[in-house]
Amino acid sequence: MNDTTWIEWLVAALILIGSVFALIGSIGLLKLPDFFMRLHGPTKATTLGVGALVIGSLIHFSTKGDGLSMHELLITIFLFITAPTSANLMAQAAMHLQLKRVKQTKGEPWQQ
Amino acid sequence: MMRPRAFLPHPWLSLFLLIVWQLIMNDLGAGTLIMGAVTAWLIPLMTNPFWPNPPTLHKPLVLFRFTCTVLLDIVTANIEVAKLILGPSRVLRPAFVEYPLELTNDFAISVLASTVSLTPGTVSSDISDDRKTLLIHGLDVADAQELIDNIKQRYENPLKEVFECSTT
Repeated sequence: MNDTTWIEWLVAALILIGSVFALIGSIGLLKLPDFFMRLHGPTKATTLGVGALVIGSLIHFSTKGDGLSMHELLITIFLFITAPTSANLMAQAAMHLQLKRVKQTKGEPWQQ
Repeated sequence: MMRPRAFLPHPWLSLFLLIVWQLIMNDLGAGTLIMGAVTAWLIPLMTNPFWPNPPTLHKPLVLFRFTCTVLLDIVTANIEVAKLILGPSRVLRPAFVEYPLELTNDFAISVLASTVSLTPGTVSSDISDDRKTLLIHGLDVADAQELIDNIKQRYENPLKEVFECSTT
């Protein structure tokens, strides 16, 4: 096995891991019972799912011979800034609308 | 003679902007570097009035270690949440947890809230009007106090070290 195939295997594995986590995030979005729990699905898929995909892309394009390719990192940086903000806004909107939550939920959302 | 603060109000923001600029251009030529340096100098200078209470970075090394902890936690916690999602939904114990904040700086609080949202299993949902309590929704919380202690020890304490005494 020479160098290039080794890198291809690594890239393939990273893309596969990323897709699996993105898929699990989407499954969570589909099957979890209430809005607040569904919120967990997509915020998670972006972190590890996109993270693994981005690292895969980074390795792939950096080893193709066109020099180091780092601008994929920007995707991660911007996601890490925007994902929590949007999740927070959606949670606030949901609390404001007093959306239903599953019975076993402990604690109370606020009314401000 | 200008004071260094007035000349370069947010040195770390400038550094961050320069790095982002280099990543966008994907090129290390002298031209892009100069252009990036000018941008990184001008943007903080122009946006300074919109940032009334700037945080000061005390210990960059602690921040670096904190980032590493968070990245590792994201990986391990992601796997756990994946298991929770694929398992039956009925056994999950969702909960709203009120987290007592010790941080006082706005920027530090938003970093903590983002960290809480990024690490799987918890989403920060709201902050009280007096900035003293953070409302966190957890997907599967066995013990609220344990969750609070965990966040305090892993995330808030290092952040306190990094941004401490930043309210002036």
